[in-house]
Amino acid sequence: MTETLSFTDIEKGRIEEIKSLYPDKRSAAMPLLFVAQEKLGHITDSAIEWVSEEVGLSPVHVRELVTFYTMYYQKPVGKYHIQVCRTLSCALLGSKEITEYVHNRLGILSNEVSEDGNWSFEQVECLGSCGTAPMCEINDVYFENLTPEKIGEIMDAIEKEKPDLRYSTLKDKIGEGLANYPKSSNL
Amino acid sequence: MTTEHHKVLSANLDNENLHQLDTYISLGGFEAFKKALKMEPAQIIEEVKKSGLRGRGGACFPTGVKWSFMPTNSDKESYLINNADESEPGTYKDRLLMERNPMLVIEGMLIASLAMKAVHSFIYVRGEYAFPYERTKDAIKECYERGYLGKNIQGSNFSHEMTIHRGAGAYICGEETALMESLEGKKGQPRLKPPFPAGYGLYGKHTTINNCETLATVPWIIQNGGEAYSKIGVESCPGTHLMCISGHVNKPGIYEIDMGYPILDFIENEAGGIRNGNKLKAVVPGGSSTVVLTAEDCKGVNIDAESLKAAGSAMGSSAMIVMDDTTDMTEAVLNLSHFYSHESCGQCTPCREGGHWIEKIFARIAKCEGQETDLELIEKVCGQIGGHTICAFGDTMILPYLSIIEKFKDEFVAKIKKSNSSKSLLDRRALNFELGAH
Repeated sequence: MTETLSFTDIEKGRIEEIKSLYPDKRSAAMPLLFVAQEKLGHITDSAIEWVSEEVGLSPVHVRELVTFYTMYYQKPVGKYHIQVCRTLSCALLGSKEITEYVHNRLGILSNEVSEDGNWSFEQVECLGSCGTAPMCEINDVYFENLTPEKIGEIMDAIEKEKPDLRYSTLKDKIGEGLANYPKSSNL
Repeated sequence: MTTEHHKVLSANLDNENLHQLDTYISLGGFEAFKKALKMEPAQIIEEVKKSGLRGRGGACFPTGVKWSFMPTNSDKESYLINNADESEPGTYKDRLLMERNPMLVIEGMLIASLAMKAVHSFIYVRGEYAFPYERTKDAIKECYERGYLGKNIQGSNFSHEMTIHRGAGAYICGEETALMESLEGKKGQPRLKPPFPAGYGLYGKHTTINNCETLATVPWIIQNGGEAYSKIGVESCPGTHLMCISGHVNKPGIYEIDMGYPILDFIENEAGGIRNGNKLKAVVPGGSSTVVLTAEDCKGVNIDAESLKAAGSAMGSSAMIVMDDTTDMTEAVLNLSHFYSHESCGQCTPCREGGHWIEKIFARIAKCEGQETDLELIEKVCGQIGGHTICAFGDTMILPYLSIIEKFKDEFVAKIKKSNSSKSLLDRRALNFELGAH
């Protein structure tokens, strides 16, 4: 990953398309921050400058968005970022055991990155998957009805398959996901 | 034994290709929209008013009345926003609609846009819902390609643009004015009302914000008539709704039920009863921001706006969280207080600071380090939050706190007593210092 942003012609076309989706291009600040994050892994100063130039906002205004919205990362996260839901429905059904499993397996605390850079995890608030609790989100894919064994199997499968679990704003689609786990919900 | 309920929203959900236009049309999709194209805007609004449909996002406001607030002759453009920022703990119904039946959502939005002469509509999806976002985004794309969106839709003189937008992880963006701020590329901090969105909304234009499920209900109403819809459920709150249930039940999930269905029947019949044969202890009836009911409270209470209101709670976003008798209520309320403390947007001091302090006090009670005056202190702080903030976040955050304390006081008192007997005065002074309450 590079520290400076550069785009192919196709990507530049996509960026213009995003800006054209709104009556005012300032609305594109949020999707373009996702674009920058997709390229750099987290939001850097140069990312903030780039977005502010693209949408005509001051850099401080764009920085406000980065600090307000939790899905913009202000420091690097792992290649696979595990977010374990900790809110009531998940907590009632054992989200703590899931968190403990992840913590013990990776040897890292919430908001830390593993030494090899492959994993990071954090406890997050309700992800809207309460009927399939406990659950977690890895990058942009939900994994539901978890047990410590099941999250273990999922992490094994990720280490083996190295799948793309991210939502790409530039390609406007979600990665292929894990072979034996559907991306759609188990609702 | 389960009761038969009407299927307004969930009729074809088991069809795996329902998200594709051809399948949707083959099952009668877009018929309601075509009917609406031949109607006058005022007629559409009248039909929705007649149906008695009330908003499914949490406030239960009559949808037709909300639509009628939009000016009929103004130089300014009108916009429609579909609020799919679904973040209320316990709620996950809009996700189901966007994943399985995004065309229904789009059709509802088109009919609403005809009624309010909206030129552009927006779907604000919470950022974490990547798959529902992708499904709905692809459905919009297909609608553009096939002439259901864009210029002169299906050869009519109605043109309409639709944009789907991803949030980025802020609960408060489900509040309609915060949502508009966010959509304008700003921090999602609520605006003062008035002015109301119908007069001054997104980019200052006339705007109506409806919940995703509300909009998805509209095609059925137009197709079958407002009167037919008003006969389902109960008169004061007609229709069906997607009820989410989670927590200590055997069959958590989403069930479409008629309004007015008894809470206890729903838990027993649809949700398969309490796990492990345990006893019911408490129910959060409408998303975490509603007054908690005890098992006793639930007797004779039905799931509809008026019955839940009479029981001292609210229907909220139709999301029930069930707790059995193994639940420690001091831990449950601590969990919720962490949520609200984390999600406060930070704009108003009572909510930002008060929510944070309440969490700290709940934390020390749960750890058996509380003080005799703590419950009084929490009530006092709650009193300073409620009614003193720009949006309803502060008002609703205190509802679960106060009701859980009131209804399960013994558990709090027992833990506080335990701490008083096990801690020396010196220890408690040290704790006070740590909490900054000296």
